[in-house]
Amino acid sequence: MQTRFSIHQLADPDISVANDILRKCVHCGFCTATCPTYVLLGDELDSPRGRIYLIKNMLEDGGAPSPDTVKHVDRCLSCLSCMSTCPASVNYMHLVDYARDHIEETYRRPLSDRLFRAILAKLLPNPRLFRLGMIAGFVAKPFASLLEAIPVTRRLAALARLAPSRLPGRSANEGPGTFPAMGVRRKRVALLSGCAQRVLAPELHDATIRILQRHGVEVVLAKGEGCCGGLPHHLGKTGDSFALAKRNIDAWSHEIDDQGLDAILVNASGCGTTLKDYGFMFREDPVYSVKAARISELAADITEFLNQLGLDDPTIDPDLDVAYHSACSLQHGQQVHEPPRDLLSKAGFRVHEIPEGHLCCGSAGTYNMLQPRLSKALRNRKIGHIEGLDPDVVATGNLGCITQLATGTKIPLVHTIELLDWATGGPKPAKLS
Amino acid sequence: MNSAPEQAVSLDQHSALEMPELDVDILGRRNEIIRDLRALVPGEGVISETSEMRVYESDGLTAYRQLPFVVVLPETVEQVSAVLRYCHKTGLKVVPRGAGTSLSGGALPLGDGVLLGLAKFNRILDIDYANRTATVQPGVTNLAITKAVEGRGFYYAPDPSSQIACTIGGNVAENSGGVHCLKYGLTTNNILGLQLVLITGEIINIGGKHLDSDGYDLLGLLTGSEGLLGVITEVTVRILREPETARAMIIGFPSSEDAGACVGSIIGAGIIAGGMEMMDRPAIHAADEFAQAGYPLDVEALLIVELDGPEAEVTDLIGRVEEIADANNASNVQVSQNEPERQKFWAGRKAAFPAIGRISPDYYCMDGTIPRHQLPKVLARMRELSEKYGLGVANVFHAGDGNLHPLIMYDSNVPGELEAAEDFGADILRLCVEVGGVLTGEHGVGVEKRDLMPEMFSETDLDHQQRVKCAFDADGLLNPGKVFPTLHRCAELGRIHIHGGKIPFPDIPRF
Repeated sequence: MQTRFSIHQLADPDISVANDILRKCVHCGFCTATCPTYVLLGDELDSPRGRIYLIKNMLEDGGAPSPDTVKHVDRCLSCLSCMSTCPASVNYMHLVDYARDHIEETYRRPLSDRLFRAILAKLLPNPRLFRLGMIAGFVAKPFASLLEAIPVTRRLAALARLAPSRLPGRSANEGPGTFPAMGVRRKRVALLSGCAQRVLAPELHDATIRILQRHGVEVVLAKGEGCCGGLPHHLGKTGDSFALAKRNIDAWSHEIDDQGLDAILVNASGCGTTLKDYGFMFREDPVYSVKAARISELAADITEFLNQLGLDDPTIDPDLDVAYHSACSLQHGQQVHEPPRDLLSKAGFRVHEIPEGHLCCGSAGTYNMLQPRLSKALRNRKIGHIEGLDPDVVATGNLGCITQLATGTKIPLVHTIELLDWATGGPKPAKLS
Repeated sequence: MNSAPEQAVSLDQHSALEMPELDVDILGRRNEIIRDLRALVPGEGVISETSEMRVYESDGLTAYRQLPFVVVLPETVEQVSAVLRYCHKTGLKVVPRGAGTSLSGGALPLGDGVLLGLAKFNRILDIDYANRTATVQPGVTNLAITKAVEGRGFYYAPDPSSQIACTIGGNVAENSGGVHCLKYGLTTNNILGLQLVLITGEIINIGGKHLDSDGYDLLGLLTGSEGLLGVITEVTVRILREPETARAMIIGFPSSEDAGACVGSIIGAGIIAGGMEMMDRPAIHAADEFAQAGYPLDVEALLIVELDGPEAEVTDLIGRVEEIADANNASNVQVSQNEPERQKFWAGRKAAFPAIGRISPDYYCMDGTIPRHQLPKVLARMRELSEKYGLGVANVFHAGDGNLHPLIMYDSNVPGELEAAEDFGADILRLCVEVGGVLTGEHGVGVEKRDLMPEMFSETDLDHQQRVKCAFDADGLLNPGKVFPTLHRCAELGRIHIHGGKIPFPDIPRF
């Protein structure tokens, strides 16, 4: 596609990358068909091709974009379904990430919007604050309607409604620390302990650490490591996301230099996509570029790693029909398709594909809080397909999807790793008891 | 929002393409018209901001861009009818648009016309297995029809390469083909009924769930009419039972001439393949890089030949095609061993156009049809033209039915390259007509081939074609500037030519 950047603009390395991405787009429109918001709204403006055009114009013009441009970029889930579809390999992820950064830098949102986004960006990546926030949300839950009535706090009501009615206690596996391999040590890995997930669902790390230990893998929760930076990154708060990413790069680099790491594992697929992008994020950084690229190379989803390692034979016959919901960050962001399915089959589960599996469930990080109308429409569409299969359980590789779908169905939703852990000697997931 | 945006009055990039003169009266009434349209289509269905409308300034043919006057996205047939009735009354031009994947600029907007997008019409209305039909809204994608019926072992046969995204409404408007049309026909051979809204707002139904409707073959007339006769709001298609067996062969050749000769020999032997496709070296490499289709990379040309039907027949035909390929210097032959492999063979071909985006920032996709035996000559001339214009060309070719898709590679950021690509393309199309072929295979005429129409049709031919348009749209409001190089006023076409003071055929009684 033709672009009109000045030589002066192209001197900016970010614009230069955006230009290379835009030049690859041939405007064929294949991406429109697999974009969840286009499927719902039928408007080119809410399709990847339309957003690419909006972003192109925004960057070429420079300065603050129009409110309409912001509206349509905000409606993008960053599910990256378009990238799976694009035959010309347009890197939409890097383009939209940069667009969000540009919007954050140049555009002044209404006060309630700014407040809400600032809260999300500060609260979610910090487990201590997040835990406090959840308690506050728990307290505020009965007053959600009241919050909704006041314009400035209207959006906080959505947050309060999403707060769990029961907050799990701290896990015994809170890091930092090292969990030794059982038997002969085959590998040594770091596990991303992350942020919100370890507060909301500590059982996922428990299951991950257990199954790895049983398979002869030593697991490290490195000191100083935390949120991957993905949540603020997708809110355009690039300064915050880079600071968080640097902290992680330092923590793991220390481990690599000290005792060595065979992999850096992630059981929240949204974070996996971000870790694998560290190399790109820091490509221009003289201090971090090499280290960041090394982290990205080592980063792997837990199912990629286990599939390569070889899963032990199952110790039980679960006799269950599992609908596998492929999280967008796994199927589109990381292009991981077969490993989770193969592992579940090998563990003795009957795996079923959900129709329209390429479409997002509407969770998409903070999307369900920022775009409740579209998020709910996608959730209902997904649940319709899932319930049509009448499975015993739904398995997925991302807690966000579990939280999202659980608000609309009674079918139990678990993380893939919980089923794999159970089938190979771990406890039965509480949700299935 | 309210003033007429400055871009609205000039065709953005290309100077040689003339579009109908802008209606100054309409431009002056923009605020009033937008207000009226909003009353007909509420919510986000009327788009009038310049920043938003820019997204709609082109379709799949980005060489031509024009900011629309206003974009309207109706959701119901009643809204379509109300909008068209309003346009008719107001004298406002209308450009219908599906998914905007046209490669001939069929949905290029007009600076003084409504761009009527039908992408919100994306529901499947009825599937009737007993009658083997599906009735769908026009914004349903081609592939979505197959997806909806494949669980029961059915499919919709025409499969243009953009089938993942292109809509059935657009397929009808362009009479789209696809890689399997050699055996199963084009869109026109696969639809049974249409609902159409006329420019007057009148909603009419043509055909139904059965073959051979009463009266004139209006279905045939409307299929391929490129949005000049009416707006399609519902389509009833035939669905077919999937063949018992389908296997694809990949055959590599040391030259395009050998591959072309092989195609002729296969068809000459009476073998009707489900699909027969050819790609040349640049296309093979770009497509394989995206799809990892397993194409041989050391060949000059590749044929994909699909054979379908009962298993015994397919096995026999594969053997015969292998013999023919050997006799035509094939350097290697692969036969798909299972369904995923067959799909993989096709995946590369289906992504071949946009995959060229990997090796060139822009491409201009041509669409002409030639008699099959002229292929070696046309390819040789195309190589000469490529040298003359200094632009690379990748060839993707529906070999079975003689439909060429040369992809001319250029860089729109380099001044002069787009113009060179256009001239190169026009030369290729002239060449197609010269060797006994036609200007278009399946992408339609649109704006792209509009000015080449006189290469193929005489003025009398074109006048007759325009009289058909006049019967549907006397004021010329539906998609003007497309297909016909000059659009005559209908009253003009109705006049009797008086030559040398004598009316023609004076002995014929007149009333």
